[in-house]
Amino acid sequence: MNAILTVWWKEVRENLRDKRTVMSALIYAPLIGPIMFVVLMNVVINRETAKAEGPLKVPVIGAQYAPNLIDALKQEGLDPQPAMADPEEAVRHRDTDVVLRIPPSYGKAWKKGEPAQVELIYDASQMGTDTPRERLQNMLKSYVSEQGALRLLARGISPAIATPVIVSERDQSTPQSRAGLLFSMLPYFFVIAIYIGGMYLAIDLTAGERERQSLEPLFANPVARWRILLGKLGAIGVFSFISLLLCVIGFSIAGRFMPAEKLGMSFDLGAAFVGQALLLELPLLAVFAVAQTLIAAFAKTYREAQTYLGFLMILPALPTMLMSFMPVKPALWMYAIPLLGQQLGLSQLLRGGSVGMSEIGIALACGFAVALLIGLLTAHVYRSERLAISA
Amino acid sequence: MIEVKNLHKAFGEVKAVDGVSFTARDGEITGLLGPNGAGKTTTLRMLYTLMRPDAGQVLVDGIDAAVDPVAVRRVLGVLPDARGLYKRLTARENIEYFAQLHGVDTALMHRRREKLADALEMRDILDRRTEGFSQGQRVKTAIARALVHDPKNVILDEPTNGLDVMSTRSMRTFLKAMKAEGRCVLFSSHIMQEVAALCDRIVVIAHGHVVADETPDALRAQTGETNLEDAFVKIIGSEEGLAA
Repeated sequence: MNAILTVWWKEVRENLRDKRTVMSALIYAPLIGPIMFVVLMNVVINRETAKAEGPLKVPVIGAQYAPNLIDALKQEGLDPQPAMADPEEAVRHRDTDVVLRIPPSYGKAWKKGEPAQVELIYDASQMGTDTPRERLQNMLKSYVSEQGALRLLARGISPAIATPVIVSERDQSTPQSRAGLLFSMLPYFFVIAIYIGGMYLAIDLTAGERERQSLEPLFANPVARWRILLGKLGAIGVFSFISLLLCVIGFSIAGRFMPAEKLGMSFDLGAAFVGQALLLELPLLAVFAVAQTLIAAFAKTYREAQTYLGFLMILPALPTMLMSFMPVKPALWMYAIPLLGQQLGLSQLLRGGSVGMSEIGIALACGFAVALLIGLLTAHVYRSERLAISA
Repeated sequence: MIEVKNLHKAFGEVKAVDGVSFTARDGEITGLLGPNGAGKTTTLRMLYTLMRPDAGQVLVDGIDAAVDPVAVRRVLGVLPDARGLYKRLTARENIEYFAQLHGVDTALMHRRREKLADALEMRDILDRRTEGFSQGQRVKTAIARALVHDPKNVILDEPTNGLDVMSTRSMRTFLKAMKAEGRCVLFSSHIMQEVAALCDRIVVIAHGHVVADETPDALRAQTGETNLEDAFVKIIGSEEGLAA
C-alpha cells in the first residue's frame, strides 16, 4: 500500500479511538453552532413576536385626564396598567419597557385647541424596548392624525392640505435577505467547526507524537518525510471536513426549526446551499491543516501546541467581526483573501443571492495557493533534524 | 555491513561526535560501548539518517547515507533511543504499521510477524493496546516492528535499558539468533558485562572519539588486564558513567 495512504489510514483509525478527539472534532465543534442558534433564535423570536403582536401592556399615569385618548388606544391593542410612583426609576430598572404619562393640563389644552402634551418615559439604552415603544408611538401618531383630520373637516378644510408630502417606502429586502442578517454569525461557526475539527489531530500528529517519542522510530522508516506529512495532513483534513459537513447539515436542519416566518423571513439552507458552502470552505480546510501542523511542529509539547492554537482561534473571527462593524460592498478581489472570501460568499448565499463562478474560482485558487505556500514551509520544518528529537 | 568513516557532529559548541570510524560486519555482533554522553546515540542517529553528519561518511551495504538516505533506511532495522509506541493501537497494529511503511506485502508480513512474536515470546500481548505495557513488553513490540521487514542490518540503541533480568537474558538470546542468521548487528550499551558476553567486536567511545576497536580478547591483551572491566576503565581513563 502507498506510504501516504498507510500513514493517513493509521492516523484516522488511531484518532477515532480517542474519545477526546472524537468528542471535540465530531460532536462539540460542529454542533455547538446549530444548537446555540436554534435555542437563541427561538427565545429571541418568540419574545419579539409576543411584544409585537400581543396586547401592549403599558403603565399609564393620569389616565383619568384623557379618557377618550385611552379608549382610542385600547382599540389599537393597548392594555393600560395601573400608575406607578416613580416611572423614571421603573424604566431604568427594567420593571417596564415604557410608561405613558398624561399631565393634568391635558384636558385644558385639548379644550382650547392647543397641542396637548403626553410623555413617553423609556430608556433607549435597554435592549428590547424598541418594539413596545414604537408600537405605542404609532398608536399615538394615528390618534393624532385622526383627530387633526377631524378638526380640519369641522372647519371645512380638506385634511389633504395638511399632508403636502406622502412618503411611500419600497423595501427591497426579501424574506430571505432579512434572514441573512440574522444569520450573519453563521460563517464564523463554519470556520470554527473546521478549525476545532482538525485542531486536536494537528496537535496530536506532530507535537503529541514527538512528546510520546514515536516520531523518531517513524522517521527511521524508508519513507520520505513529506509523504508522512501528506498522510497526516490528509487525516486532519478528513476530520475537519466531517466536522464542517456536520455543521452545515446541522444548520440546514436547524433552519427548519426556526419560527422565521413570524418575522417575515425565510431560510433556505437546502442542498444547493450546502453544496456551495462546502465548496467555498474547501481551501480553508487545507490552510488550517497546514498552518496548525506548522505551529504544532514548533511546540515542544502537546499542551504548548494547544495553547498556541487556542490563541489563534480568534483569527478566523476577524472577518466576521470586521464586517459587522463596517459593512463593505463586496468586490471580486476580496474573494482572493481566505476567510474574507468565505465570509462574503456565505453571506451572499444566505441572503438568497448567488455566488458567481469567477468568485468561487478565485476563492478556491487563492485559498489553495496560500495553503501550498504554508505547506511548503511546513514541509521544510518537517525536514529539520530537531523535529524528531524529543529532548 | 555498516561502515562509518570519520564522522563529526557538533551541537553549537559541543562536539558530540568527533571523528568516529568503525566497521560492523555481517554475521557479527558489534558493541558500541561508552559512558553516558559519550556520543553513542548521536552516532547511531547519523547511521539511520535521522541526523546529517557535519563531516564523514556512512555506508550501509555500500549505500552512502548522504546520497540515498531512504535506501539506507530500507536495509536497516532500527530500535532507536525513543521507543514510543502508538498507545491506542495494539502491538499487532503497531508492527503492521511499520511493515506497511516498508512496503512488505500482507502475506509476508503475517508470516514474519508470527515468527517474531514467537522469537520474542510476545504472543500473549499481540492483541492488547500498548497503553499500559511494561517496559519489557514495550521493547519487545518496538523490536518486532523494527525487524518486520527482515533487515540485513540491525541497529539497537541500548536494547536492554530498563529490562529485568529475564527479559535481558531473552534479549541476548535473540541478538545471538540474529547473528546466527548472518545479520550485521550493532548495538550500543553502557553495560560492560553485556558487551563482553555478546560481542565479536567492541568499539569503545569516549568524549566523541573511538578509543578502542578490538575483539574482547585483543582488548584484554592490549591493556594487559585479564578482567574486561579493568580493561575498559583503563581505556576510557575513568570509571565515570560505566555500569558493571
